[in-house]
Amino acid sequence: MLHTVNKSPFGNDTLNSCLRMSTDGCAILLIEDGVYGATDGTSISDQVKEAMKTKSVYALKPDVDARGISTKVIDGIELIDYAGFVTLVADQKATQSWL
Amino acid sequence: MAQIKKFLYVNRKAPYGTIYAWESLEVVLIGAAFDQDVMLAFVDDGVYQIVKGADTKGIEMKNFSPTYSALGDYDVKKIYVEKESLEKRGLTVDDLLDLKWEDEDDDWAERDSIHIVSSAEMAAIMDDAEVVLSF
Amino acid sequence: MKFSIQINEGPYQHQASDTAYQFTKAALDNGHEIFRVFFYHDGVNNGTRLTTPPQDDRNIVTRWSDLAAEHELDLVLCVAAAQRRGIVDEGEMERNGKDANNIAPGFRISGLGQLIEAGIQADRLVVFGD
Repeated sequence: MLHTVNKSPFGNDTLNSCLRMSTDGCAILLIEDGVYGATDGTSISDQVKEAMKTKSVYALKPDVDARGISTKVIDGIELIDYAGFVTLVADQKATQSWL
Repeated sequence: MAQIKKFLYVNRKAPYGTIYAWESLEVVLIGAAFDQDVMLAFVDDGVYQIVKGADTKGIEMKNFSPTYSALGDYDVKKIYVEKESLEKRGLTVDDLLDLKWEDEDDDWAERDSIHIVSSAEMAAIMDDAEVVLSF
Repeated sequence: MKFSIQINEGPYQHQASDTAYQFTKAALDNGHEIFRVFFYHDGVNNGTRLTTPPQDDRNIVTRWSDLAAEHELDLVLCVAAAQRRGIVDEGEMERNGKDANNIAPGFRISGLGQLIEAGIQADRLVVFGD
């Protein structure tokens, strides 16, 4: 399954919930304000890195660039564009948007 | 033979503060006519949607708790509630509406629609869905 | 592959409609088919032709209308959500005794069954919201 998260993890519990209720082997795509969850050196980056051991984490590059955080992305989080987003959706059996 | 897909309706938001809870319920009701394999998930603040004893007279908004109770009549019988979401909010199954469905394969015996599940079980239920509607 | 899109938020207030638009365009550019774009909750506000956004920023409504015209997209506004929020086509105007309608080109108003059908008929359904 592909999970998308569009909320900053610092103002909202959504990323937490997504990590808690997603299975190993899934894909997680951070979009919109959710891309803040992809940045290193934060209070939750260790939690994200831990999740990356069993889940594939991506961030939407246009959203990362828009927010000026492209140099702060955690190593190993793949930045993809909208075409990559489409491919992820197509490749996974279903998409769950955590709203 | 019409296609049957596993539909999952994910509810994460509390009722009345926003319209998502009510309008998502409207989708479930309409969706019932399509004979799909329907599951409802209540997680995070979504668990507040099915808390019993709601009285909306003071806020002058339509109380839609009775609509949840009618879900069994719409053949919606797989309602999953995440245990951790309840516990974080100081709730137990006793705080929730008593949602039931009637099993026509067992002389219309009444069964519980609500299943309290662990986070891992909820993850597996979500992973199994083919169409996920979030609100 | 056939995609269906659900959009839960109105223009400008949230990024949902923007992200959905970019996703839809990318899907079309990559040879995929869009079965339906269904607007729910405040998403129906994407379907009013009466917006006048600043000239130096994107026009979300006409962007959708133009994409729909170019690719023959089915843009559907949920009737119940539209009635609640005052998005009206000619039929709704007559049915409900309104003195005006405001639906944008390329959009149509229909029932929630269209969303369920969109989930059944498409290979993938993606929801954009808040």
